Amino acid sequence: MLGIGLLQGLAVTARNLIGSFHDPKRFVTTQYPEERTKLPEAYRNFPFLVAENATDPMGTLRCVACQICEKECPPQCIYIEKSKDKKPDANGKMQIYPAIFAIDTAVCMSCQICVEVCPFDAIKMDQVFEFAATDRFNGLVLDRVQLAKPNSYFHGIHPTEAAEVDGRLAAARKAAEEKARLAAAAKAAPKPPPAPKVDPPAE
Amino acid sequence: MNPCPSGTQQHFLERAPVLLRDWITSFLPGSTRWLADSLIDIASILAVFGLLFAFLTLAERKVLGRVQNRPGPNRTGWMGLLQPFADGIKMLTKEDVVPRAADPVLHFLAPVALLAFSILTFAVIPFGRNLVPLDLDAGVLYFFAAGSATELAIFMAGWASHNKYALFAAMRALAQLISYELPLLLSFVPVVLATGSLSPTGIVAAQAGWRWGAVPNWLVFTPWGAAGFAIFMISALAESNRSPFDLPEAESELIAGHLTEYSGFKYALFFMAEYFGMCALSGMAVTLFLGGWHAPLPVLEIIPSYAWFAAKLLVLLAGFIWIRATLPRLRMDQLTKLAWKFLVPLALINLGTTAFWTLTHPWEGPLQLLRWGVALGLVLIPPVLLGRGLSSGLGPRRYRYA
Repeated sequence: MLGIGLLQGLAVTARNLIGSFHDPKRFVTTQYPEERTKLPEAYRNFPFLVAENATDPMGTLRCVACQICEKECPPQCIYIEKSKDKKPDANGKMQIYPAIFAIDTAVCMSCQICVEVCPFDAIKMDQVFEFAATDRFNGLVLDRVQLAKPNSYFHGIHPTEAAEVDGRLAAARKAAEEKARLAAAAKAAPKPPPAPKVDPPAE
Repeated sequence: MNPCPSGTQQHFLERAPVLLRDWITSFLPGSTRWLADSLIDIASILAVFGLLFAFLTLAERKVLGRVQNRPGPNRTGWMGLLQPFADGIKMLTKEDVVPRAADPVLHFLAPVALLAFSILTFAVIPFGRNLVPLDLDAGVLYFFAAGSATELAIFMAGWASHNKYALFAAMRALAQLISYELPLLLSFVPVVLATGSLSPTGIVAAQAGWRWGAVPNWLVFTPWGAAGFAIFMISALAESNRSPFDLPEAESELIAGHLTEYSGFKYALFFMAEYFGMCALSGMAVTLFLGGWHAPLPVLEIIPSYAWFAAKLLVLLAGFIWIRATLPRLRMDQLTKLAWKFLVPLALINLGTTAFWTLTHPWEGPLQLLRWGVALGLVLIPPVLLGRGLSSGLGPRRYRYA
């Protein structure tokens, strides 16, 4: 019949109009500054530096200022200056550290290449997107204090990836300790037995 | 606003607007009172409908939001109530761009003329028992004459912009508005035929009283009145360029149609004119078919007449918004087909129905049943038959390779 389709359409819109008042589940939007949606785990935008310790982030940065990420960065938004002295890293080994580590988020294109090339798992992708600044030159450049975030934060935003990284680092550390112990034992023994085969850490 | 001569003393609230006006003009010398009266009428119409326009835009955005399951504007003021004023300030402070190739005089005149013609139509609508700004004998004719002039302003806007989208929109607007002018006019002719009056106050007066003490004598409660009301409202939708007949400003096809080259306050004037036109046509529909300012039940007459007019007007405006939230836009051929092959024949048949209804007025008893039966048949059967032809040759589209 003529007009039935029109009436059905009107009924649908009326149902939505009335339903949206008593059924909050219907809402497809969130009231952003007050409410926030939980970001999916795979969401990532800008890099941050991983620190082992939340209380002393500057002392426990994983970054050793090798500058690979700086060289690989396609838009060249990373700037690193190496330190003159050395500090013990998480494994107690003396390492140089970045005296200056700056990322210009106005230039960064979120390609994640810095994360992929880093041999130390020191730089990872963050989920913070609120970088609005009144000064587009200095306000958008993040220094190492702003970039450093503890490993626990990394576990919070990307739990799967963080667990995988932690497992790999722990295995590497264990293998290094085992090697050191065997080396010490070999030095103490008068006649060294044939060197035992050490399994490479599982990648 | 001439107080109607009435034997009985009216309710205080009923007389309140007139008393207020008389109190204000009592400070002026007698020879200037007629001028002051008219100026107060104009000022109050502008104030009331200006505010109605402001909050109608808010209500529309709120309802559209709710229909799409989002809350709509809710940041400016409590529940977003200050949003229209924020919009107004935004529009006022925007740059007014006039294209170099445009005709500057016509480009400026178009929104002004459009708004002026839209406001002129308010003059003859009886807003209440005592609230008739201008009681013309041929007020309905005046209303439609002023309303048709808005087409000229829209074409002016499209032509003066010197923009292909604007010109397309202007040509569409002309085709659409002229097509729908006809059913709009034909749908009110039966009212004139039945009430024997071209004056809006006369038409409202003819709808006074109640049948069997409960059913109001509104024209919409007769078979031909219901059909006329439906045709009138469909044509009013098209005349005010509202969805689903918003072809002149079809965003997805024509950027913004005749509004493409307008910015700032001129753009706001176009919107104001669209909403004023919508309010005026709804007000005329209330006057012609919904009993004007009459209360639906005798007991409810304690509520002043202008409140009843406002309530009916708001219901019709809500209908406009509801339809906009629901229906998609028509294509150009569907639009003209609907007017010329469906609404115009129906309006002409309705004229015949009304003539039958008026001629059979003295029928009594079982003949009364026959009268209702014939009239209902004349109203209900032609749309079904015509509706079949409306989509003939346009069967459902089959996508063979999709």
